[in-house]
Amino acid sequence: MTRFTLNGKSVSTDLPDDTPLLWVLRDGLDMTGTKFGCGIAQCGACTVHLDGQPIRSCSTPVSAVAGKRVTTIEGVGTARVGAAVQAAWQKLDVVQCGYCQSGQIMSATALLASNPKPTDADIDAAMRGNICRCATYVRIRAAIHEAARTLASRSAA
Amino acid sequence: MTIRIENTSRRDFLKAGAGLTLAVVVPGARAAVLPGADGPSAVGGAASSAAEFAPNAFVRIAPDNTVTVVAKHLEMGQGTYTGLATLVAEELDADWSQVVTKGSPADAARYNNLFWGNAQGTGGSTAIANSFEQLRQAGATARAMLVQAAAERWRVPADEISVKAGVVSHAKSGRKAHFGELAEAASALQVPQQVKLKDPKDFTFIGRHVPRKDSVAKTTGRAQFTQDVKLPGMLVAVVAHPPRFGATVKSADDGGARTVPGVADVVRIPTGVAVLARDYWTAKKGRDALKIEWDDATGYRGSSDAILADYRKRAATPGTVARHDGDAAAALGKAGKVIEAEYAFPYLAHAAMEPLNCVMRLDANGCEVWNGEQFQTVDQMTVAGILGLKPEQVKLNMLYAGGSFGRRANPHSDYLVETAHIVKAIGGRAPVKLVWSREDDMRAGYYRPVYLHRLRAALDAQGKPVAWANTIVGQSILAGTAFESVMVKDGVDATSVEGAATLPYAIPNLQVELHTTNSDVKVPVQWWRSVGSTHTAYATEVFIDELAAAAGKDPVGYRLGLLVEHPRHAGVLKLAADKADWGRPLPAAKAGKRGRGVAVHESFNSFVAQVVDVTVMPDGQFKVDRVVCAVDCGIAVNPDVIRAQMEGGIGFGLAAALSSAITLKDGQVEQSNFNDYQVLRIDQMPRIEVHIVPSAEKPTGVGEPGVPPIAPALANALFAATGKRIRTLPIGDQLKA
Repeated sequence: MTRFTLNGKSVSTDLPDDTPLLWVLRDGLDMTGTKFGCGIAQCGACTVHLDGQPIRSCSTPVSAVAGKRVTTIEGVGTARVGAAVQAAWQKLDVVQCGYCQSGQIMSATALLASNPKPTDADIDAAMRGNICRCATYVRIRAAIHEAARTLASRSAA
Repeated sequence: MTIRIENTSRRDFLKAGAGLTLAVVVPGARAAVLPGADGPSAVGGAASSAAEFAPNAFVRIAPDNTVTVVAKHLEMGQGTYTGLATLVAEELDADWSQVVTKGSPADAARYNNLFWGNAQGTGGSTAIANSFEQLRQAGATARAMLVQAAAERWRVPADEISVKAGVVSHAKSGRKAHFGELAEAASALQVPQQVKLKDPKDFTFIGRHVPRKDSVAKTTGRAQFTQDVKLPGMLVAVVAHPPRFGATVKSADDGGARTVPGVADVVRIPTGVAVLARDYWTAKKGRDALKIEWDDATGYRGSSDAILADYRKRAATPGTVARHDGDAAAALGKAGKVIEAEYAFPYLAHAAMEPLNCVMRLDANGCEVWNGEQFQTVDQMTVAGILGLKPEQVKLNMLYAGGSFGRRANPHSDYLVETAHIVKAIGGRAPVKLVWSREDDMRAGYYRPVYLHRLRAALDAQGKPVAWANTIVGQSILAGTAFESVMVKDGVDATSVEGAATLPYAIPNLQVELHTTNSDVKVPVQWWRSVGSTHTAYATEVFIDELAAAAGKDPVGYRLGLLVEHPRHAGVLKLAADKADWGRPLPAAKAGKRGRGVAVHESFNSFVAQVVDVTVMPDGQFKVDRVVCAVDCGIAVNPDVIRAQMEGGIGFGLAAALSSAITLKDGQVEQSNFNDYQVLRIDQMPRIEVHIVPSAEKPTGVGEPGVPPIAPALANALFAATGKRIRTLPIGDQLKA
């Protein structure tokens, strides 16, 4: 039995300790917004936040999150940065197939939380672990800048 | 084509509630009433009133004022749920915020692709093109009936009533009503025989920006993909596949697998051994514990190097003629200057982000499937055959697909077949979700085939090509499929030569020949976003560039001189060149050499030109700085979706140009996952500008045509920078010393 905090709520699972967090979320807790893409931390579709830091849930055994805070795409919008990122994604119609976008949004939110005004090079470095086969990358860059502007103007106000 | 519109509101009245429901029926097609949609088939985030939904229609207007557009095409990223809704909303004069899109059930009688006869499916960049009049008629008909209902209620002439943004109004009396208020009354009316479609100058949605219908669901984790389906009692299946195509199981020891807690069953199926468990991770553990001895007697043992070496030999011999103008052999024989080149292309995996998967449930009435469903008619027939059902007993729920790039329209329904065999092997006692790992997906075949092109051309004294001979060698995608009889003619698979046999350049002696290798090469192959143009555009557009260089001519001017009869090719070429400042020198880089290259190609009746700027460093590393793209796809229904498809097509094509390749060694696929099958990452994505040619022509495809020009335009830019021609894809490190 592993207990952790998921999007602000206490949860537990009886799946074995070596089960990746991804499958605990998806199959155990029916939180399917976090996606399975590669299983070996190569594509970023499974990105969630562990105590605020982006991690690949496909390669993180659930035992490693015991007692910690996990945030997923279903919960990221309750905080200021995540909400701004989602709004920017919607404003610029970033998505195509959409399958990778939960992970993209989680990585982008973590980037903006630590770097409120990233350059294109900062974005490329922070986001290169997230593959989008539809290649929505032009808009991902633009949406991160858009979210950064929104957050900066709200901070100033 | 005449299209009949039926009012099916009353037929569906009891289960659908009051409201207007219109079905569009193509004459001659079988009329069918389908069971109502239920369960998780409702596409995530798209609809608020699943319980009221009537599936046998394109337009439904509910008393709550919701306009539901039923999409007969799969949304796999290309934006069709937005595009199809745009067509209805335009003629209906709806408010965009009241429109929702839902996926249609499988019923070829109503939801066939009008370009595919009686078959339902999505592909060939046809969704908007085949729906353009059909869905506008559906919208216009619904509008006329709402107006008629208002006229009767208000006792005013119908022609005094106007409709704008979802509001029906009569100016003289000041009366107004929302669609929902009129829906029930409209549902009792006769369908008008004729409706007038708008003059394009009156369009308010078509050609303007509207937000995508799937953005909110896909940015909040709510969009439902096949991978997300969970049914009561469902088991997850993971399959051990043989290491070589065509190999079989000799013996399997499943003792270890059965001791893994949570494993429910292990079954032999034609494609391997399936482990079923309560969840994916347990099923995967079970698979890891299997001990299988494979029988390689029927397994294919070819290697990529040997395949290409064989293709090079075949390319020097006469093939089956796919195009024959003048006498290329004679002209080449007596020409002063002959240019020759060979271009080689690897197998490519689609590698959509959602690995292939399928959910299937058997019950007394038949079979129900949840899937990113791209090929309804084929899948229904194939699955029915395995399960001993009638095709109409296979109910398909079309969910969002996490990409496809052609893969989910498999002519053999491969992954649905595998799921059906598993369900059958367990006697249908539980619903099954088949999940392929990334490695399973990568190694399952159905690749873009290996191709080799041999090209020879003769130039006259002015440098103009007087002869062009193109010999193509590769596997036919359509051979052995249901499409062979239609699309393979006189031994030529149209998809092997499209873009090459249709070369637009004015060359008097033109010969295109094909060698089809299916009898020897047993790798499963399939269409991959833009199909034949994935290789023909590269071979022809790099070769024409080689000819321009040999002639000492400007690459754009040289092409334009040969495109006099093809104004739409010339139009996009000129537009891209103009916007890219073609002819003006590129600004120098701080380090490295810069180069600019161009390519133009027609695919799926759309025309695309791209200009690429690159910077090549002294060590041979290079960066794609910018791509300027011009597209002529007829009337631009959703300009922003078109831009998105060009951007995405460029990125998709760039991956194949730079680094993607599936290679075989002794029959085994050498790649396994994104660590060794390299796709494009964000730091490789150039800046992109897209320019759309204004047009009054009927809309044509945009999902695929952005892909073909990027690789040749890049190769031509690298030549401009370095003088080196890339004749084998991917480029990899060929420029490195």
